[in-house]
Amino acid sequence: MAQRVGMEVSVAIGEMVRMADADVIAAYPITPQTHIVEHLAELVADGELDAEYIPVESEHSAMSACLGAAAAGARTFTATAGQGLELMHEVLYVASSMRLPVVMTVANRALSAPLSVWSDHSDAMACRDTGWIQIFTENGQEVVDNVLCAFRIAEDAEVLLPVMVHLDGFHLSHVIEPILLPEQGEVSAFLPPNKYPLPLNPEKPVAMGDFGPPFIYTEAKWAQEVNLKKSKETILNVWRQFGDSFRRHYQPVEHYRSDDAKVLLLTMGSFSETAMTAIDSMRSDGKDVGLIRLRLWRPFPFEELRQAVKNAEVLIVLDRALSFGGPAGPVASEIKAALYNQQTRPKIVSFVGGLGGRDITAKGFTEIVNRGIEVAQKGSKDEFEIFGVRE
Amino acid sequence: MQNYTVFVPRLAPATENFAPGHRACIGCGEALAVRLACKAIGDNVIVANATGCMEIVASQVPYTSWRVPWIHTLFENTAAVASGIEAGLKAMIRKGQIPDRETKVVAIAGDGGTVDIGLQALSGAMERGHDFLYLCFDNEAYMNTGIQRSSATPFGASTTTSPAGKVSMGQFSWKKDMPAIAAAHNIPYVATANPSYPFDLMEKVEKGLMTKGPAYVHIYSVCPTGWRCPGDLTIRIGRLATETGIFPLYEVEDGQYKLNYDPPKLQPITSYMKLQGRFRHLPPEIIDKIQQTIIEKYQELKEKVAASTGVAGG
Repeated sequence: MAQRVGMEVSVAIGEMVRMADADVIAAYPITPQTHIVEHLAELVADGELDAEYIPVESEHSAMSACLGAAAAGARTFTATAGQGLELMHEVLYVASSMRLPVVMTVANRALSAPLSVWSDHSDAMACRDTGWIQIFTENGQEVVDNVLCAFRIAEDAEVLLPVMVHLDGFHLSHVIEPILLPEQGEVSAFLPPNKYPLPLNPEKPVAMGDFGPPFIYTEAKWAQEVNLKKSKETILNVWRQFGDSFRRHYQPVEHYRSDDAKVLLLTMGSFSETAMTAIDSMRSDGKDVGLIRLRLWRPFPFEELRQAVKNAEVLIVLDRALSFGGPAGPVASEIKAALYNQQTRPKIVSFVGGLGGRDITAKGFTEIVNRGIEVAQKGSKDEFEIFGVRE
Repeated sequence: MQNYTVFVPRLAPATENFAPGHRACIGCGEALAVRLACKAIGDNVIVANATGCMEIVASQVPYTSWRVPWIHTLFENTAAVASGIEAGLKAMIRKGQIPDRETKVVAIAGDGGTVDIGLQALSGAMERGHDFLYLCFDNEAYMNTGIQRSSATPFGASTTTSPAGKVSMGQFSWKKDMPAIAAAHNIPYVATANPSYPFDLMEKVEKGLMTKGPAYVHIYSVCPTGWRCPGDLTIRIGRLATETGIFPLYEVEDGQYKLNYDPPKLQPITSYMKLQGRFRHLPPEIIDKIQQTIIEKYQELKEKVAASTGVAGG
C-alpha cells in the first residue's frame, strides 16, 4: 500500500522517476527546478537509481542529450524552468517532430528581464507550439501522479511524443506536502518497459532527422498534428487506468462547483487551489460562481472545454503570462478562439495576474470575479486587465 | 608514403557505408573524407550528424547515403546528442535491456558546427569523458549557407562575410586552433588528418574509434566551390596544405605530440594559395606575413613534438 509521507514536491518527483526506472537523466541546474535534479543525482550516487546522469553544460545540451538517449531507446527524463526552457526552445521542436518520448518537468518561472526566479507561466506559453503534450498540475500529488502517467503516455506506441509536466516554481516545487507515494510494485505494474519501435541500432540501421524539402514538409507536419491530436485518446485512457489503479482521477478540464454556475473562473496550475477557497466563500455568500481548471494544455481539450462552459454566462480567464501587444493573455485568446463558433457561449473576460511570483490571495480571486462580472455587464475599453498592477 | 596508392585499395574495405549518389559538389574533399572515415569506422556504429553540407547532401527525403544508423537533429548540439546516445546505450546494456554489441558512437560536424556554434556542446562532451569519436570536417567556412567566414577560416581568405574589398584584406583573424582546444581538455586522443593522405586518415579515425573516452580528429576538407579552385585539384591542394605546413598531420596521444609527416623542406605557401581564388586578392606583403606565421606555428608544433619525445624517451 502507498504511504502518505510529508515530502518536498521536487524530491517526490525524483522518487517517482526512480520508481519509473529512468535510464538517462540529462540536467542542468536552474532555479526553481534544481531540487528535482539534485535529488536524482543523489539517487544515482547512492545506487538507488540505475541511470546514466549526464551533468550537461547547458539546457540546450540537456535536451539534445535527451534526444540522443531517447533515439537509442532509453527511458529519458529531464527538468528545467524559465530561461532553461527558452534555451531548449529549438530542441523542443525536434523532440516532438522526431517522435522522441522524453519526459520533462518544468518548474514554471518568469522570464528575464528583469531577472525573476519566481513563478508564472511565461516559459510554458512560449513553448505552446512546440508539439509537446503539456499537462498542468496544481499540487504535489498531481505532479507525482502525472510524472508517472507522462512516461506511459509518451512511450505508448500510438503516441511517441515528449511530455511536459508543468508545476509552478516554488509554489509547488519547494513546498512540503503530504504525498501518497505508490509502492515500486504498483508503479512497475502500471508502467511497462519502454519499447521504442525503431531505435538507433546497427543491426537495423535507420536514418533519423532527414532533410525534408517542400514536397514532404507539409505532410510531415500534418502527420505530427494528427498524431498529437490523436494522443488525447491515449492520455484519457492512461488517466482512466491510473484512476482504476490508484483511485485518483484526472480530466483534461477539471471542475469545481461549476455545474450550474452562471459565472465561471478558469485557472491553471497551483493558483487553482486558492481559487477554490474563493469560490467556496462566494458560494456561501450566495453567488452563482464556479471554477474550471485547464489541466491538458496540449493537445487542447476543445470538447471538454465547450462542454464545461456551455451553461455559463460569464467566463473569467486568468492568465499568468502576457502576450505583449496581443489581444489578451495567451490562454484567454485560445479559449476565445475555441468558443467563437459556438451557437451559445459565455462572455469572456481576460485577466493577467500572478506574474513573476506575485501572489493572488483568495480575496484577490473574489475581486477578480467581481470585476469580471462588472466588465461582462458594462464592457471595457481594454482587451484585458492586469490584476493588482500599480500604474 | 609514396606507396599509399598501392596499399589503400588492398587494405580498405570495399563496403561504402557512405553510399554514392549524394549531392555533394564535384571535387568535394569533405565527401571524400567522410567516405574514407566510414571505411575505417565500419558497420557497428551510430552516427550523430550536425546540420551542414554532409547532412544536406546525403539525407534528402526519401534518400539517404547512410548505411549505418544515423541521426541529425540540429546544428550546434551534435556532441550533446552523441553524449545522450552513448549514455543511453551504456545504461541499457548495464541494465540488461539490450545486448552489449560494443557499438561505437561517432559525431560528425563541419568547422562552423564545431569551432563556432557547437564548441560549447563539444567542450562539455569532451570534459565529461563520454566514450565517443568526434570528427570535424573543416572546409574553413560556412559552405552550406554560401561561403560565410567561420573562426576556422584562414587569415586573408575572402568569403561572403569577410569579402576582400577596397579597405579589407578578407578574413581579419587567424584560424582558431581547434585541435589544441581539444587537446587542452586532456582527452586521450587528438589528431589531424587530410583525405589527400587517405591511409593516414583511416588509421587515425580507427585509432580514435578504438580509444576509450573522447577522441577528436580534425579533418582538412578542400571545398572547390568555396575556395574557388578547380574540382580536379582537390587532392593536389590537400597535399600542398600539408607540404607547406599550413595543415600539418599530427597526433596528440595522452598529451604526447607526434608529427606523422614532416616534409624535408616546407613548400612556399604561394604554391598552395595561387591555386585558390579566395587568396587571389592578397598582396605580396600580406602573403609574406602569412608565410612567416605558418613557419612559426610549424616550429611551435615541432617543439611540442620534440618535448613529447623527450618525455617519452626519458
